[in-house]
Amino acid sequence: MSEGIYPVAVIAVIAAVTWALRAFPFVLFGNRPLPKSIQYLGKALPPAIMTVLVIYCLRDTDFAQAPHGIPEAIACILVVILQIVRKNMYLSIIAGTVCYMILIRIM
Amino acid sequence: MRELRFAFRSTIPIFFTYLFIGIAFGILMSDAGYSVLLTTASSFFIFAGSMQLVMVPMMTSGASLLSLALMALFINARHIFYGIGFIEKFRRMGWRRIYMILTLTDETYSVLCSVKYEEGLDESKAAFLIAMLNHLYWVFGCFVGACAGRFLQFDMRGIEFSATAFFLVVVVNQWRQYRTKLPFLTAAVCALGFHMLLGKEYFLIPTLVSCLAALLFLRKPIEQKGGLPDE
Repeated sequence: MSEGIYPVAVIAVIAAVTWALRAFPFVLFGNRPLPKSIQYLGKALPPAIMTVLVIYCLRDTDFAQAPHGIPEAIACILVVILQIVRKNMYLSIIAGTVCYMILIRIM
Repeated sequence: MRELRFAFRSTIPIFFTYLFIGIAFGILMSDAGYSVLLTTASSFFIFAGSMQLVMVPMMTSGASLLSLALMALFINARHIFYGIGFIEKFRRMGWRRIYMILTLTDETYSVLCSVKYEEGLDESKAAFLIAMLNHLYWVFGCFVGACAGRFLQFDMRGIEFSATAFFLVVVVNQWRQYRTKLPFLTAAVCALGFHMLLGKEYFLIPTLVSCLAALLFLRKPIEQKGGLPDE
C-alpha cells in the first residue's frame, strides 16, 4: 500500500455519498404503505426519467460546430426506426453505435 | 439457471457499454499511477461511471474530500429519483433489497424499467441477477483497463453511444407501452428548456425536479384515460 490514505478516503467518501443518494427514497418511506401520489409517480416518472437520460447523454452535442450534431441525429434516428420496425434491441443498439462510430470518424 | 440466462440476455447491451467505459476508467487510473487494487475497489464500491471518471483528475490534483463529496452529490443526485418506482418492488426482495438499492445505476435502472419477465420466472431472483451482472461487468471492465490498459489502445471513440442507444430503445418501448404521452413530452420540454437556460453542466437536476412537480400537477389528465400501464 504505497498510495497512502488519501485515495482510500476519496473512494470511501464518494461511495458514501452515492449510496446515501440511492438509499434516500427507500429510507424516506421505510416500510410504511406508500401514499397514492408516490405510487402514481412510480409509474409516471420512469418514461420521463428515461427521456431526460437520452437528452443528458446527448448534452455534449455541438450544433454550432461541424459536424453540427449530424452523427448523433442520424444514429438516433436509425436506432428509433430499427426499434420500431424490427423490435430487436440488440440490433438497434449495435447498428446505432457502429453507425455513430463510423460517422464521427468520417465527418 | 433460467433466471441467470434471462438476466444475461437482458443485460447484454450493458455488457458492452460497461466493459468499454470501464476499460476507459481503468486506463485513466493506471495512467494516473493508481494500483489495480484501488481501481477495482473503487468500481466495486462506488459503481457510478461518470463520477468515477471525474474523480481521477480531482484525485491527482489532490482535491479536498469536501469538494469530492459535493461533486458526488451533484453528479449523482439523479439517483434519488430512480428509487421512487422501486420502493414496493424492492421491499418484496428480502435480503437482496440492500444490494438492489446500492447498485441502482442509470443502466440497471433502465433495464429494470424495461424488462418483461417471462412466465414462471422468479422475478426477485432475476432482478437481483440483473443488478449483479451489471455490477460484475463494470468491475471487470475497470479491472481489465487497469491491468492491460497499455495493450488495449484501440480507438474506441464513440462506443459510449451504446448507452445512449440503449436508453433510446427503452424510451421507444415505453412510448408504445404508455397510452399517455405526457410524461415524455413533459420531460423533453423541461430538459430542453433548462438546457437552453442553464447550459449542459447544470440542467439535469432542475429538469428532474421540475418533471416531478409537473407530473404531480398533471396527475388527473395522465391517469384519466387509463394512460399508465398496469404492472
